[in-house]
Amino acid sequence: MAPSLRACSSAGRSGSSSEKMAIGENIQLLVDRPDGTYCFRLHRDRVYYVSEKLLKVATSVPRDSLVALGTCFGKFTKTQKFRLSVTALDFLAPYAKYKVWVKPGSEQSFLYGNHVLKSGLGRITENTAQYQGVVVYSMADVPLGFGVAAKSTQDCRKVDPMAIVVFHQADVGEYVRSEDTLT
Amino acid sequence: MGRKLDPARKEKRGPGRKARKQRGAEVELARFLPPEAEPGRRKLSSHGRRRAAKRRRVAGEEPRGGRQPGVKEQVSPLKKILPQKVVAQLPRGQSGFSDGNSKWLTPVKAKKIQSEDNNVELSSDGEEEESIWEMEEEEDGSSEEMVDDYGASSSEEEELLPIEKAALKQKSDRGGLSEDDSEEEEVAEEASRQKKGQKEEESVDLQLNLDVDEQFRLPTDEQIEKETAEPLDLHIIHQRIKGNMEVLQNFGVKREEGRTRQEYLALLRRDMAAYYSYSDFLLKKLMDIFPLPELINFLEANEVPRPVTIRTNTLKTRRRDLAQALINRGVNLDPLGKWSKTGLVIYDSSVPIGATPEYLAGHYMLQGASSLLPVMALAPQENERILDMCCAPGGKTSYIAQLMKNTGMILANDSNAERLRSVVGNLHRLGVTNAVVSNCDGRQFPKVLGGFDRVLLDAPCSGTGVISKDPAVKTSKDEKDILRCAHLQKELILSAIDSVNAASETGGYIVYCTCSITVEENEWVVDYALKKRNVRLVATGLNFGKEGFTRFKDRRFHPSLKSTRRFYPHTHNMDGFFIAKFKKFSNAIPKAQKDEEPAVEAASPLPVPDTIVEPQSKKKKLEGSKVAKGQKKPQSALKKRRSLQAQHRPVKAGRPSPRMLCARVPTRKKSRMNQNEQ
Repeated sequence: MAPSLRACSSAGRSGSSSEKMAIGENIQLLVDRPDGTYCFRLHRDRVYYVSEKLLKVATSVPRDSLVALGTCFGKFTKTQKFRLSVTALDFLAPYAKYKVWVKPGSEQSFLYGNHVLKSGLGRITENTAQYQGVVVYSMADVPLGFGVAAKSTQDCRKVDPMAIVVFHQADVGEYVRSEDTLT
Repeated sequence: MGRKLDPARKEKRGPGRKARKQRGAEVELARFLPPEAEPGRRKLSSHGRRRAAKRRRVAGEEPRGGRQPGVKEQVSPLKKILPQKVVAQLPRGQSGFSDGNSKWLTPVKAKKIQSEDNNVELSSDGEEEESIWEMEEEEDGSSEEMVDDYGASSSEEEELLPIEKAALKQKSDRGGLSEDDSEEEEVAEEASRQKKGQKEEESVDLQLNLDVDEQFRLPTDEQIEKETAEPLDLHIIHQRIKGNMEVLQNFGVKREEGRTRQEYLALLRRDMAAYYSYSDFLLKKLMDIFPLPELINFLEANEVPRPVTIRTNTLKTRRRDLAQALINRGVNLDPLGKWSKTGLVIYDSSVPIGATPEYLAGHYMLQGASSLLPVMALAPQENERILDMCCAPGGKTSYIAQLMKNTGMILANDSNAERLRSVVGNLHRLGVTNAVVSNCDGRQFPKVLGGFDRVLLDAPCSGTGVISKDPAVKTSKDEKDILRCAHLQKELILSAIDSVNAASETGGYIVYCTCSITVEENEWVVDYALKKRNVRLVATGLNFGKEGFTRFKDRRFHPSLKSTRRFYPHTHNMDGFFIAKFKKFSNAIPKAQKDEEPAVEAASPLPVPDTIVEPQSKKKKLEGSKVAKGQKKPQSALKKRRSLQAQHRPVKAGRPSPRMLCARVPTRKKSRMNQNEQ
C-alpha cells in the first residue's frame, strides 16, 4: 500500500507546474484547511486531494480495487510531466490570481476545446504576463476551465480580433466529451 | 386614483382577437353534416332554437300595441347591443322589447338567418352577434337557471351539438366498439332521448346498441391457423383483447358455453404477447401481480417513456436559481412534486439537457424520479459512514453526498469497472469530495471494510420496472434470469446487513431497493433477510406508493412487509421501483437452527474504524465475556456470570479472616461475630 500512495510534497509539485499554475504559492491554503488537514496522494500516477480522515479509510480498500478517492487534481504523464485536470477546477478557481472572462458567444466554443480568440475575450486581469496560467470564467462568473495566456494584457489590447489570446488546457466540457479518460 | 373594481358591474366585452381569424364552425360543419331535411330552414343551435320557440309563442299571442310612435328609425341594428334587458320585468307572454323601438329594432335572429343564407363569410359577424346574444341571455337570466323552452333545463344532460352527433355516427361506422366507447354511447343515448327534435338521431344510436350486445366469441382453430399464416393485424388483435377483457370481467354472464376461463386467459395472453411484444413467461408473471384492467394500464405505460427529471445539486446551487437559469436557456420545467425539494421535471427544451453549461458546471444531474426515493428513505446524516454497494452511474451516491454536505465518508462501490468511470466523472463534476470509489464485488463486503452507519443496496435486477427505458427486457428475461438475480440479491443483502454496525448512534439502517416489480426479487429477498439476520423492517418515510405484498400466490411473508413500498409506471408516472428499509438491532448473526435463541445483546462499540472487522461469528464469544454496563444480557450469559461470581465470593470472604474457608454467607456472619466477640 505504502509505495503507491506516496505523499507529494509541495516542493515536488511546484517544480515545473506551480509557476505555470494559476494559483502560484497558494498551495499551502489548500493543505491546511479549517475542517481538517488535507493532503495529496499519488495513486497509479494520478494525484488525489483528500482529507486525512478519508485517507485512513481508503487504506483498507485493496490497492487494485481502489479506483478514486476524494478529488483527482491531475496526473503525471509517462515523461513525468504534471498535467492539471479539469476536476481540480472547483478548488483552484477561488485562489486564481489571473482570470479571463469569455463572452457568451464564444463560451460554447471554449467548451468544445477551442482556444479563445480576441473576439471572444470579455475581460482579463491586469498585468497578466505572457504564458501565465489563467482560469477561464464565463461572464456569469462560472468557472469554465484552465488556460495559458498567449499574450500579455497589454498585447491583448493591440492584437487583431482573430488572434488567439488564451490557449485552451482544460474545460468542463470534458466531463461529457472525454468521460472515459477522466479515470 | 385607480379604477376601483366593481364586481357587481360586469364589463361587456366584444369579440376577441381571434374571432375574426376563424372561418367559423359553420364552414367546417357544412362539410360532413347530413343535408337538412327542410332546405329552407337552417339547423339552429340551442340558443337559436330557444329564440325561435319564443318567437312562435309571441306570434301566437295578440300583437303588441301601444308602441310609441315617432321613434327614429335606425338602420343596421346588427352592430347595436340591445339597450334594455327587460325580460324579467315584462308581464308574461310578451317578447323581449317593450319600448318604442320595436319598429327598427328587429330580432337579430331574422338578420342572422339572412346573413347565413347570403354568404358564409359573414359567419364571423354572426358569431359576434351570437356572442353578444349569449352574453345578454346570461345577463337576463343569470340569476335563475337557464331553462330550455321545451322545459328541460340546460344544466341537465349535455345536449349534443351537431358536431358531436356526427362524431358518434363516425364511431359507429368504424365498427370497433370498446368497453369505454360503449359506455359513452349509452350515456349519449340517454341524453339524446331526452331532447325532442332530434328523433332522427335516435335510430342511429339504436343501431349502435345492437352492435354492443354482440357476443365475443373465442376464435376457432381454423381462424387461429389462418392468423398464424397471415401477417399480424394489430387492430384486430387489439379489439379482441378488449372484448376478451370484457368477458373476463363479467365471466359468469358473458362466457361462451363450454369454454373454460383458462382458454380465455390463454387467448388473452397470446394476444397481448403479440400486440405488446412480450414473452409469454413475463406476461404470466405480470398477470399474477396485476389485476386485469391494471395490467393493460401497466403495459400501455411501458410503451411510453417517463418524463425527463433532473436533480439540483445543492452543493453548488439552489433549485430556484437553477430553474431560472434553465428557463433563460429555453427549457420548459416544473418542480417535481411536494415530496422532493431538489427535483425538477423537464417538459421540453430547446437545448440538450445533458450539455448545458449548467450541467457541465455540475449544477444538476439527470436522474429518474424514482431514484430519488431510496436516498430519501436512507436519510443519511452528516458525519456518517455510508456504503453504496452498487453505485454506478453515481446518481444516488452524489445525492447522498449532497445530503451529507460533503462531510463524513461515502464508499462508492461497483463490481463493473467500466461503469465506474461514469461514477468518477459524475462525482467530480458535481463536486463531491467525501467519496472513495472502489471496484470490489459487493459480496466481499464486511471483509473489505465494515462498521458502516448506513448501507444503500440498489441491487442488480431483471429490470422489469424500467421496460419503457429498455424494451429488450420484454423478451430477454426468463425464469432462470429472475432466479439468478434473486440469488445474487440474497447474497448481497446479507453482506450489506453484515457491513452495518448495529450499535451506531445515528444509524444502523440498510435500504434495499430494485428497479423491478417481480415478487421473487423484492418481497422474497426481504423476507429471506428477515429470517436470516437480526433486522426488522421499519417505515421508509415515503408517504406515497403502494404497500408491498404480504402474501403472494402460495407464499406468505412477514406482516411487516407492509412497510415496504412499490411504485409503478402507470400509477405514479415514474419507473417501477421497490424500496425496503431495515434496522439492524444486533450485530450477532443468528445460527441456522431455529431452537437456539438469537443473541439479543448489542455489541460494544467497535474500535477506530480503520481496522478490519473480523467475521461476526468469532466475536460472539468475546462479547459474552466483556459485558458493558447498561446493555441487555442474554439468559445464558447472566447465569454464567452469577456462577462465576458465586465462585469468587468465598475467595473474597476468606480474606478478612483466614480461618473462614466456607462459601456460605451465614458462616461469614458468624465469623464476624466471633471476631467481634474476640
